[in-house]
Amino acid sequence: MSKYYVNKFLFTVDRDPEYLKRYTEDPHTFVAIWEQSIGPRLSDAEMSTVNGFTPQERNALINHDYVALFEMGAHFFLNLTLFIGIYDEPYMEKSGPLAFQKEFAAKLQHWVGKDYPSVAT
Amino acid sequence: MAQLVATLASTHHPFYLKATTMPPEQQMPQAAEWKRKIEAYRETLARTKPDILVMIGSDHFHQIFLDNCPQFLIGKAPRYDATFYNEEREFGIPKYVLEGDEDMSGFMHQNLMDQDFDFAFSNELKIDHSIICPIITVRPDNDLPVVPIYTNIFAPPLPSPKRFYNLGRAIRKAIDAYPSDKRVAAIGTGHLSLELGGPRQFMETGPDPEFDRQAIEWLRNGDIDAILANVDHESMAKSGNATHGFLNFILMLGVAGPEGADYVDNLDLFHTMEAYFTWYPKETAA
Repeated sequence: MSKYYVNKFLFTVDRDPEYLKRYTEDPHTFVAIWEQSIGPRLSDAEMSTVNGFTPQERNALINHDYVALFEMGAHFFLNLTLFIGIYDEPYMEKSGPLAFQKEFAAKLQHWVGKDYPSVAT
Repeated sequence: MAQLVATLASTHHPFYLKATTMPPEQQMPQAAEWKRKIEAYRETLARTKPDILVMIGSDHFHQIFLDNCPQFLIGKAPRYDATFYNEEREFGIPKYVLEGDEDMSGFMHQNLMDQDFDFAFSNELKIDHSIICPIITVRPDNDLPVVPIYTNIFAPPLPSPKRFYNLGRAIRKAIDAYPSDKRVAAIGTGHLSLELGGPRQFMETGPDPEFDRQAIEWLRNGDIDAILANVDHESMAKSGNATHGFLNFILMLGVAGPEGADYVDNLDLFHTMEAYFTWYPKETAA
């Protein structure tokens, strides 16, 4: 399991409009490309060889499954801001302001009163 | 020596600008009151006529990430770009360029090292909304040079509340020791109880209104002993998973010293309690 690498995915996609568009439109293809050429990148000349996703992590990213990502201990800020970037507007048009954020919270209600999964890496 | 003329500690709500500048018919009901409170708070800085702003904030994984994550970092650059693409996208915050003050940054860095705070530094720092929000609220003309300081409130393990307070004390000493006739204001932002990306996010109030009321009283009274007796990383997590932003309030109380605040205001907004504090050093008749 690589919480760090999941966070790197969320971090690199959230900060790049082109990646965000591709991850929104075709997450399956984009996650594969990310694993091949974006995730390992350290600089123009350097590639890392040491990180990889577990099948569970890969599936959560492909499925935009922010509940699973929360439960794996992905960082709460990255997990929220990336999926706001994808879902805020369509939810707003359909159901009004903060509709996505409220649905996000509702799907995690079973964690109220419990210690959340640690985001430490 | 430089003179500290004001210490400001506030929440930073990234939606303030958007909420108060959208067409009036679309604004939230509290927008006018929020704007009035911010403009009153702005005056607590303006009246002290500062020349330089020492700004304390916390990068939200914009420049700093988990591959290279400092606990405390000082910017040392002639100027600073600000606002990242994803902040423009999500909050509608425009881009800024802030003037720096390399001389004061360099002095502060050395002085803090001499006080055993081994700061990381950055000669190419892009500022995020933790520092731009207070520029928007208390110095919208963006006409003063800044010394930016970042703290880690985000990526555990975090320094202790006491360490944040002691860092505030050290920053105060460094400002007081700066050989200059400049008037310096220290401005820091953080949060009261806050939940992001969890089950208690975006409720009608913040996740822990009782903590918010208590925290405001502690800061109003400058009661660092009560804060250190009651607040630790576990208690903050219980109050909301992003409540560790309160550490920056503790730091700012360290800059001000353990004294009652001269100005206190707050505003209960959806999902968060906004709070605004100003301390004037007692030797300054500001």
